[in-house]
Amino acid sequence: MTAAGTTTAATTATPTSTDAPPTAGSRFTGAVANYIDERTSISGLVKELGRKIFPDHWSFMLGEVAIYSFIAILLSGTFLTLFFDPSMVEVHYEGSYDPLKGIEMSAAYASALDITFDIRGGLLMRQVHHWAALLFVASIGLHMLRVFFTGAFRKPRELNWVIGFVLFVLAMAEGFTGYSLPDDLLSGNGLRIIDGMVKGIPVIGTWTSWLLFGGEFPGTVIVGRLYVLHIMLLPAILIAALGVHLLLMVINKHTQFAGPGRTNSNVVGVPVMPVFAAKAGGFFFIVFGTIVLIASTVTINPIWNYGPYDPSPVSAGTQPDWYIGFADGALRLVPPGWEFVLFDHTWTISVLAPMAVLGGFLVLVMFYPFIEAWITGDKREHHIADRPRNAPTRTAIGAAGVTFYAVLWAAASSDIIATHFKLTIEGVTYALQALLIFGTLAAYLITKRVCLALQAKDREIVLHGVESGRIVRMPGGEYIEVHEKLDEYDRWRLVDFEDYKPLMIRPNAKGKITVGQRVRAVFSRWFFEDRISPVTKGELESGEHH
Amino acid sequence: MRTSSPKPNSAPRQRATGRRSPLATVALIAIGLVATGGAYALASTTATATNPAIVHQASADEGKKLFAANCANCHGLDAAGTDEGPSLHGVGAASADFQLGTGRMPLAMQGPQGEKKTPQFTAEQIADLVAYVASLAPGPALPEDRYLQADGSASKGAELYRINCAMCHNVAGAGGALTQGKFAPALAGVEARHIYEAMVTGPQNMPVFSDLNITPQQKADIITYLKFIENNPSVGGADLGSLGPVSEGLFIWIFGLGAIVAMTVWIAARPN
Ligand code: HEC
Ligand code: HEC
Repeated sequence: MTAAGTTTAATTATPTSTDAPPTAGSRFTGAVANYIDERTSISGLVKELGRKIFPDHWSFMLGEVAIYSFIAILLSGTFLTLFFDPSMVEVHYEGSYDPLKGIEMSAAYASALDITFDIRGGLLMRQVHHWAALLFVASIGLHMLRVFFTGAFRKPRELNWVIGFVLFVLAMAEGFTGYSLPDDLLSGNGLRIIDGMVKGIPVIGTWTSWLLFGGEFPGTVIVGRLYVLHIMLLPAILIAALGVHLLLMVINKHTQFAGPGRTNSNVVGVPVMPVFAAKAGGFFFIVFGTIVLIASTVTINPIWNYGPYDPSPVSAGTQPDWYIGFADGALRLVPPGWEFVLFDHTWTISVLAPMAVLGGFLVLVMFYPFIEAWITGDKREHHIADRPRNAPTRTAIGAAGVTFYAVLWAAASSDIIATHFKLTIEGVTYALQALLIFGTLAAYLITKRVCLALQAKDREIVLHGVESGRIVRMPGGEYIEVHEKLDEYDRWRLVDFEDYKPLMIRPNAKGKITVGQRVRAVFSRWFFEDRISPVTKGELESGEHH
Repeated sequence: MRTSSPKPNSAPRQRATGRRSPLATVALIAIGLVATGGAYALASTTATATNPAIVHQASADEGKKLFAANCANCHGLDAAGTDEGPSLHGVGAASADFQLGTGRMPLAMQGPQGEKKTPQFTAEQIADLVAYVASLAPGPALPEDRYLQADGSASKGAELYRINCAMCHNVAGAGGALTQGKFAPALAGVEARHIYEAMVTGPQNMPVFSDLNITPQQKADIITYLKFIENNPSVGGADLGSLGPVSEGLFIWIFGLGAIVAMTVWIAARPN
């Protein structure tokens, strides 16, 4: 509200002859705006922000969903900190949930139960917090997919992609530290897996685990340590990174899909002030409302079922939250017996190998913009979003990555897939192992072919028009179907994309062809060998005549 | 400002006619309570009536005939076992009552493990068969009624359940996968005596929990807990099958993010 008031006041501060004397209200806002501006020079920034243009396409709002769910997380989380006690001191539960009465548990778990059963609104806040967290990571994921498949990570936005990726990882870390706090059976099982992974590192593993847990797992300090990470360190870094992310977004401006009047040097859409801001404000409440609606009708993390953490029991169906699922799945897909004996010690790689694969996968995602830029040798700025089909190799790589991730993700619920579809858990595991490799490959190949086919179809449509379904008999007795030409607006969408060709190997300044050059040429050929060029002006014109 | 004003406020609707006296409401509630209470009492007496030990003088001889007709092809005429089914000497009344009461026997094996189905015999016939199996050799007897009342300590039961059962049946009794397509079934809706009998006899891939391991009173506590979670739905709202984070994750992707994406499409489609 005040922001809107300030802008109007600030932008109309230039002397214009106003006929009617200003009302007391507008005089007041004017004065306040002036006061603030004289001390902060903020009007320039507000003006700049107020004129930021947002393209009108739904997929550009996914990042907003992430921000709004983050706000829901901050608000509900603040409530929770008022009542949560991050201590592992043993207490006897005396709250109102009958099946846990008198049970010995940590103060952390007891306070989480109190929030759930004995503090007014506590359960709702817990559920808002947790559901919003799931939505937060999910919307970041979808937002990243949008950016990836439209090539919006290309110059000048590579750095922002990296920052966005860091945000994604931070969000996962926030989630993990968060669901480990209540110190119930499920969260303890999750920590036990982390403990196992750390201990799986040769030589330093056990020591590192002792360092983390302050002694033998589970120890008595881990909840306090996670709490510091969860409510202070990680959110601080996350908010800072988010600030930079948004700032860069304003500086770089949005990409947009190709269309008439849309060029690489403009953005067509609505300015932030006032229309977009109003829409965005409304959208915030829609997202918030959806979260609260879900949180008030659907249970999430029923910690009262799990009971206090105790290293001996593990429940059937123990899974991490969805965003950690891919890591759990990777562990589940390792075939048995990946270990060997050396120097009288058994070395196991059944934990290290999946961790390395996941690490590699994440690093590839993080640096993808630089990898692609190197392969294409493209140093230009790009502000027009690619239609996924117009970058077949990239889209295929993306589809392969999505499949790879999805299979790992599904593997985390292999037991539930088995019971619910009446399959054997071994069968499910083998099938997923095969899918992880062959499914990923198949996704790559199929997607690439589909993209090329779609491009070919576009080309056909541009050159020959759309089949109208109207059959005409020619005087000679011949039948033809009338093709209707596209109008210029539709055509624009189909022809305005860039054409790449495989790089030629050229000697460098010293007249040598370096190994780097050769590797690059190989990759470039892989990228652009199969391609369909956009229809050129010449082709179009000659098309008009036949 | 308003161009088309809504319908003029009509005068408050007449409610005087036919208005019930507050006493009528009270009376209605009272009648409702008595009726449901009565029905409940009736239902629970009929439930005990089906307890074969009480109403029916079970006869091992009748049971032997039924056995010869329905079970002997697998378990052998004298129940000493064949290649198709194990010997029933010493499995006890508890085992027979569990297998027959949950409809597992006569076995109709289709998958990797015999599953429960609607019982094939009447309560009397089951009692006869149980008496026959019990007469073969000593074995675990039918549970005493006082352990089946679900009035023990839910918190002790919950703790025992988490330690002894949750690894197969899931903390909320939602069931879980075992190897080779076998599974531990979900426990909601299983009768108290069948829970007790399952613990003492350990059907198929379930271990036996003898009285030395879990005392009868502790078994009663476990039953109390299972009945508690069955009768008290999740305080947090729909429980999504109590499957934990997997169903939560699916829910947020499909319904949460799905709804929000639909909303973004709608907003972006609005003209400014
Ligand atoms: C199609 C073959 C078949 C038929 C018919 C059959 N059973 Fe069984 N029964 C088995 C097999 C196999 C097992 C062992 C696996 C199991 O526990 O489900 C078994 C197990 C049992 C057990 C549990 C034994 C234990 O170790 O606790 C009982 C009791 C039993 N059967 C009783 C009966 C009765 C009573 C009938 C007749 C109504 C019957 N069965 C009919 C095959 C059969
Ligand atoms: C090793 C895994 C395992 C453990 C531990 C286990 N069960 Fe079972 N349970 C099973 C399996 C498998 C079955 C299915 C047996 C069958 O169908 O014959 C079963 C069946 C049952 C049934 C019958 C369900 C029905 O649908 O009729 C009950 C009740 C039961 N278990 C209770 C318990 C209780 C209580 C405990 C803990 C004291 C326990 N189980 C521990 C594996 C287990």
